[in-house]
Amino acid sequence: MLTYLQVFLVGGLFCVIGQILINTTKMTSARILVIFLMAGVFLETIGLYQYIESFGKAGATVPIIGFGSALAKGAIKGTLENGFLGAITAGYEAVSAGLAGVIFLAFVIGLICKSKTK
Amino acid sequence: MKDNTIFFNKKIYIEETASTVAKKEGEGPLRDYFDNVIEDDRLGQKSYELAEIKMHTATLQLLMNKAKIKQNQVDCVFCGDLMDEIVGCNFTMKNYEIPFMGIYNACATYGEGLILGGISIESGLMNRVICSTSSHFSTAERQYRFPLELGNQRTPLSQWTVTGVGATLLSTNKNRVRMDCATVGRVVDYGVKDANDMGGAMAPAVRETLLSHFKGTGRTPEYYDLILTGDLGNAGSKILKILMREDNYELEGIHNDCGSLIFNAKAQKMEQGGSGAGCSSSVFNGYIYKKMLGERYKKVLLIPTGALLSKTSALQSQSIPAIAHAVSFILEEND
Amino acid sequence: MNQETDKKNKERNDEYLQLLKKEMPKSKHLSTMIRAFIVGGIICCFGQLLTDLYKYWFNKIDIEDIKAFVTLTIIAITAILTGLGVYDKIGAFGGAGSIVPITGFANSVVSASIEHNREGVVLGLCSNMFTVAGPVIVFGISASILVGVVTLIFPGFFM
Repeated sequence: MLTYLQVFLVGGLFCVIGQILINTTKMTSARILVIFLMAGVFLETIGLYQYIESFGKAGATVPIIGFGSALAKGAIKGTLENGFLGAITAGYEAVSAGLAGVIFLAFVIGLICKSKTK
Repeated sequence: MKDNTIFFNKKIYIEETASTVAKKEGEGPLRDYFDNVIEDDRLGQKSYELAEIKMHTATLQLLMNKAKIKQNQVDCVFCGDLMDEIVGCNFTMKNYEIPFMGIYNACATYGEGLILGGISIESGLMNRVICSTSSHFSTAERQYRFPLELGNQRTPLSQWTVTGVGATLLSTNKNRVRMDCATVGRVVDYGVKDANDMGGAMAPAVRETLLSHFKGTGRTPEYYDLILTGDLGNAGSKILKILMREDNYELEGIHNDCGSLIFNAKAQKMEQGGSGAGCSSSVFNGYIYKKMLGERYKKVLLIPTGALLSKTSALQSQSIPAIAHAVSFILEEND
Repeated sequence: MNQETDKKNKERNDEYLQLLKKEMPKSKHLSTMIRAFIVGGIICCFGQLLTDLYKYWFNKIDIEDIKAFVTLTIIAITAILTGLGVYDKIGAFGGAGSIVPITGFANSVVSASIEHNREGVVLGLCSNMFTVAGPVIVFGISASILVGVVTLIFPGFFM
């Protein structure tokens, strides 16, 4: 039960930060996504992200920050194991499931569905 | 022409009007005044672009039916819309054999059409013209902003593009509402860069046009029963009043805005009201014209407003130039 | 336009922008932040629930793979909700609460794909799928390569 409270707190907090950015800078989704992605990459690279993840669990991995950290984590691991080639491929490999899923699903849904009247 | 203002010495009348809107607009406070309210804004077409074309085509036909005339009795159609290359109007006019002059001034296009139509009749070279504009929420949103299904949050300053068409038949045939003069707008840019704040970008253009209009006609705001801007929205209207007060003109009690009128801000969650090329034309041809015939308003100054930016100019961090055309309508007494 | 007019115009513009800043309605901070907090929290809790469920059902599978399945599940649900025309309402309510989780990324790709299917499969749908989310892919992959290069140069820091 306590875990879920932690998850809610951390996840909610990341979103609040995003909301503050939207309210004060009138940023659109694209910029917000990039900022949080890069934040995740940065936090993982300097070694801080693991603490946020151990406390927040899904509250830290579900946001796009988690996506960024997975990229960085994969890149680091892959480079240590495979050198230069690992540097290029391993980050992308770590998140390939998500990316492939999004592309394929967007393709299928795009073929089937129509925009609804607003 | 003095102070950008022209007087129509020939008597140019509104012979007939037609207006069509979609469901959301039909749920607003003006619902009973539009000729046609469409349930499904896709109109059974494959795309929203085709739906807008169908809506515009049908409204022009409705206008001619109401006036009991055939298309060969119309000398020219001046129309525009918000789609790239005004392709909506291009395809609409494919359905008619009437000479066509496509025009574009963003949401001020209706004003531009009325002025050009008036000048054509004034010159004696044309007798009867149609001025119309259309806009559609779904075609404007994807072109200027985002995919329809994107889960983004609307900002407090955002306006809702009206799905609607307004069309006016102008001629020298005696009628009750006469177009007596107009002030042609010029491009005004006070440096607003926020593409979300259309009201703030366009208010200065209205100010400059109003100043020219009052100087050129010798009139004051009190001359009119109603000074009606196109789509400044609620916040933009407030800014306009502040600007005009600095020039010693008080608009309180005389001014209203088509975008503010067409939606119920609270009930329909439309913070800043409606906008779009079809906003001023549908509100004027539906609501205002009927109110004038009912003698609620006898002297109306209509000022459609347009923000002359493009997606590219906004991305290149250019400021937003705007324009506003003022057209004066007078109710003549019954003979 | 001569220099003097330009200077006068700039002064007028600056004054006007100040006026706008003062008079234009601001974002409703508290209500939007609360909504973002709640929606974001719920989505993350749902992710946690899925993780726990998958760990229980597929207890032989490696934790990294479970995380991938959870991501895929959330993406699939977002895609379906977007296709049904429901997700944009969640987004309008939740704001950042629906953009920041991976749902935001998925929604931006799927919505762009649906929007452009009118222009055909290849040139419409496929060409425009990443109009909103493209930067995420570019920055993501570029950043990961940079991190890899940094690791190559300073492997000791990361061991």
